[in-house]
Amino acid sequence: MKFGVLQFPGSCDEADAQLAAGRVGEAVLLWHRDRDLAGCDAIIVPGGFSYGDYLRAGAIARFSPMMEEVIAFARDGGLVLGICNGFQVLCEAGLLPGALLQNTNRRFTSRQVHLEVVSPDTPFTRACAPGELLSVPAKHGSGRYYAPDDQLDAMEAAGQIVVRYAPGECFNGSARDIAGVCNEAGNVFGLMPHPEHAVDALTGSTDGLRIFESMALAAGGAHV
Amino acid sequence: MAGTLGSGVLMRVRVLVRPKAGILDPQGVAVEQALPALGFSGVTDVRIGRLIELEVDDASQVEEMCRKLLANPLVEDYEVQLLGEASGTAA
Repeated sequence: MKFGVLQFPGSCDEADAQLAAGRVGEAVLLWHRDRDLAGCDAIIVPGGFSYGDYLRAGAIARFSPMMEEVIAFARDGGLVLGICNGFQVLCEAGLLPGALLQNTNRRFTSRQVHLEVVSPDTPFTRACAPGELLSVPAKHGSGRYYAPDDQLDAMEAAGQIVVRYAPGECFNGSARDIAGVCNEAGNVFGLMPHPEHAVDALTGSTDGLRIFESMALAAGGAHV
Repeated sequence: MAGTLGSGVLMRVRVLVRPKAGILDPQGVAVEQALPALGFSGVTDVRIGRLIELEVDDASQVEEMCRKLLANPLVEDYEVQLLGEASGTAA
């Protein structure tokens, strides 16, 4: 299992993403100006402030040469995980529905949250039990998930709401407490909290590993 | 250098980007709550958007620029204003 972790000017979580993915497989960094996915089985778009978050978070990163390759990879069914700014990039790229808006509390907020696994059947959550709570950090200023109500209804019916903030823990005003969603095909997943920062007991939780273990399981088995 | 599709005359264009109606604008709320503290009463519905000005040699492309990059049509409305010829022309 080989993971490719994208690196933009302004990325800041690519090292942790590489370390986390390295616990379950091989992980290499992919520079935003290159176009070679280096034979990776899965792509991680990491957190940070790609291209300075100019205009809107993720808006300019979405047009980088490497993202063009990732979009084609995702359209072919390849596994793509977007974390925080990576989630914003995937929404801007149209690979995931919805948009991330400024937190209702108007603050950059950093805290440990519990994520409820709503859909344990995706390639990103299959190592989790239904309803399992994952303790992972969240740290962002623009993580308020938004999609029109009718679209949210359709996404819920289709199992595309993958993780929610546990009751009372949604600090950013996200619609229906949504923390992470997948596309219709299930091969692209984005979430605001950071599983890659929760892979070592030293920092308080290893629950984030479940996401990477799930991806390794998915890549090892039949193609999704 | 003017693009091949352009007229060679640069147009000054202004794009106004606003949060869509019904979408909470936390910045607008903050400003609305700050104004009474300065003695300005009776202010409601403050909305904060973005103003983008650009010079283009083919103004017909601006609409597509808005859809693809300058605005996110899911959460923002945009308005294109043609301001007339730019002070300089395309070299």
